[in-house]
Amino acid sequence: MAMLQMQRIFIYALKKDRKPLLEMLQRQGMVEINDEIPEDNVFHKTDTSHAKSSFEKNINACRDAISIMDQYAPVNKPMLSMLNGRTVVSTEDYDGFRDKYEDTVKTANRIIACNKAIAENKAEILKIEIQAEMLTPWVAFDLPMNFTGTKYTKSFIGTLPKQVGLDAIYEKLSEYMPVNVDIISTSKEQTCIFVLCTKEKAEGAYEALRGMEFAHPSTVADRAPSEQLVVLKKQIEEAYTTIDKAEQEIIELAKTREDILFLQDYDKMRYDKYEVLGQLLQSKSVFVLSGYIAATNAKKLEEDMTRRFEVAVEFEEPSEEEDVPIQLKNNAFARPLEWVLESFSLPGKGEVDPTFSMALFYYLLFGIMFADAGYGIIMIAACGFCLIKGKNKIEGFTKDFLEMFLYCGISTVFWGVMFGSYFGDVFDIIATTYFGVTKVPVIPPLWFFPVNEPIRMLTFSMALGIIHLLFALIMKMYQLARVKDYIGILYDAVSWFALIVSSTLLLLSMDMIKNILGVNIVIPSIVVTISAVTAIVSSLIIILTNGRESKNPIKRFLKGIYAYYGITGYLSDVLSYSRLLALGLASGVIASVINKMAAMAGKGAVGPLVFAIIILFGHAINFAINILGAYVHTNRLEYVEFFGKFYGGGGRSFNPFSIKTKYYKVKENMKDEF
Amino acid sequence: MNFNQFGIVFALLGAAAAALLAGMGSAKGVGMAGEAGAGIVTEDPAKFGKVLILQLLPGTQGIYGLLIAFITLSQIGVLGGDSNISLAKGMLYFIACLPMAVVGYSSAIRQARASVASMGILAKKPEAFGKSIIFPAMVETYAILALLISMLAVNGVTGINI
Repeated sequence: MAMLQMQRIFIYALKKDRKPLLEMLQRQGMVEINDEIPEDNVFHKTDTSHAKSSFEKNINACRDAISIMDQYAPVNKPMLSMLNGRTVVSTEDYDGFRDKYEDTVKTANRIIACNKAIAENKAEILKIEIQAEMLTPWVAFDLPMNFTGTKYTKSFIGTLPKQVGLDAIYEKLSEYMPVNVDIISTSKEQTCIFVLCTKEKAEGAYEALRGMEFAHPSTVADRAPSEQLVVLKKQIEEAYTTIDKAEQEIIELAKTREDILFLQDYDKMRYDKYEVLGQLLQSKSVFVLSGYIAATNAKKLEEDMTRRFEVAVEFEEPSEEEDVPIQLKNNAFARPLEWVLESFSLPGKGEVDPTFSMALFYYLLFGIMFADAGYGIIMIAACGFCLIKGKNKIEGFTKDFLEMFLYCGISTVFWGVMFGSYFGDVFDIIATTYFGVTKVPVIPPLWFFPVNEPIRMLTFSMALGIIHLLFALIMKMYQLARVKDYIGILYDAVSWFALIVSSTLLLLSMDMIKNILGVNIVIPSIVVTISAVTAIVSSLIIILTNGRESKNPIKRFLKGIYAYYGITGYLSDVLSYSRLLALGLASGVIASVINKMAAMAGKGAVGPLVFAIIILFGHAINFAINILGAYVHTNRLEYVEFFGKFYGGGGRSFNPFSIKTKYYKVKENMKDEF
Repeated sequence: MNFNQFGIVFALLGAAAAALLAGMGSAKGVGMAGEAGAGIVTEDPAKFGKVLILQLLPGTQGIYGLLIAFITLSQIGVLGGDSNISLAKGMLYFIACLPMAVVGYSSAIRQARASVASMGILAKKPEAFGKSIIFPAMVETYAILALLISMLAVNGVTGINI
């Protein structure tokens, strides 16, 4: 249906055209390179891992440099800058970058070096500060800390734990007189002392001091502590200046930010190119490339290439066994849902692209589950604003995502109007609380209030579910028809279709069911009879044929019975659609709970203010929770109930050799081609 | 002693149970998923948005419980109106609230376990995020069914004249 036909492409060209040809392929992004031809005596593959690793190094350097620049020279990104997409550059600019290349690599590395210098100096400052702190108790000491004594004396400089008095020290050292003890400073934790004694008795004195847990200071310098402190302070200042300088340099270098961004993309492109280069089979002067291309693009690519290069291009239909990649192509209505399909699975062999059939129900189901005109308008406004603002700029997933929620928003408004929900019942609440209106609802629903008639809503939900499931069976018929499995259509799809339709009619003819569902339709007895016959015949077909792959008749019959048991699956599938009611009610009722709470603020002076605050916060939370619920459960209904009937997936995504960059994209210049 | 005075007591017990048990389940569930999610975000902060979605999935039961509690409160006249309810009717309200209370509690915790397991998918194969959402969503079905029955029952009981 909406899947591009793939062809195998072979390109034979001269080796001298290798780079420009690959660049052209990359910019057009139409071919998935997929080489399966083995090497032989003439054709070899080249090893490009060395070049690739150097590009990778540059890419990483750029990434680091960019995050460093963001830190020191942040660029004010305007709101919604994400909508601007990638900047387009011409091929001339691309080629012109070659001159700047070396410089930019140097700049990026310089930025990283500056950042490293900053980090190192910061660590250095910390270290010096600790040293300075240790010296502070010694400030009053006017000899260098490494003073060992004079010709006849020996000195000990160090600390004793806790606060110790001069008397206590003299007492311990009394045997080794003459001794001079000075207390430099003292605190609860330690006492800094200077002891001087004669050389002969030094050893004994030292032992005595050791007995008092004397310890040498950890830093020893050949200056007096106060002088040393000055030196350290100067070192700290120097480190700060270095940091400042490095920061300034980064800010200065950040002016070439664009170049660094471009370098990252430039080397990413080259990385991808060399990746392909490594897959090419090359002889002395010729190379061969093969891959997949969508048939619709084949002609154009061949023309473009033969005009510029001496090449031979060959196309071939892929064989049955090949794992051909899948590229989806849908109209504007279904395209935004391609990513939803992709997050389930792409079509496998022999399957059709179900995106369009999924889209028919996706927006509908989403709208019923969210069902609030106010919330829908917010969705339309937000998505619409972003889409208009980023027109021609946003691409890929972002665009699909916004479009999908735009359409879902339109459906949400529609169902909100049908079910009379505008931010719950905010109009009624405002009217009754502030304007004394007694007649509610202010805006009656176009159809009915699900809160007042839940059974009616339940019936509607399940009816919609039956239609959705029947539609899935029609998709199955279509898919089987494509592979010409006509027997399969009758046995596996038509039989179930008939069974579901006839048993639904039979159920509806029963008074009990009619009473439960509150529907009042009279089914003519002739229709009932026909339904009964159809139900029996289709049941028999299912039981007799659904085990047809087994040869053994008993086994076949038992398998058929088991397949018929699958009817319980259909029953639970239909009941599963009751979530349409439950989620629809949940969002509506929670909204009215919020409104009611807000209205409790009453009139008064601050009443309206409190009212507004509760309304704003409450509805923001309700919006977030229910949009998530509606999205998840719409996906579930599509993935499990709908896809379960006909779609397995398992296809491989088409991954063309293209420009997969972050900031820039290169547009093939028209002039360039002629 | 007039037993019918106890009607409102049972009715309110039902409303409280729905909010209480379903809320407890969701609190526990969202907490479990949050612990697992925080682990993934420490590895890769870019996954925050997706992790948050998985964390929120077991949170809906608490909201459904609140919903049933609120509908019950407004039906039984606690929020204003006539609160004269017979004992039988009060008990009916209580029973009507039970599916949401009990299923809400256990499904929130089971769903959280599925969510935590799905976060494993997100950590190792981020491209399979669409699939990973479905596993917890499967569990939610039963909370939705319970919500449906409780809601229909509470609405239905109001119409019964005993």
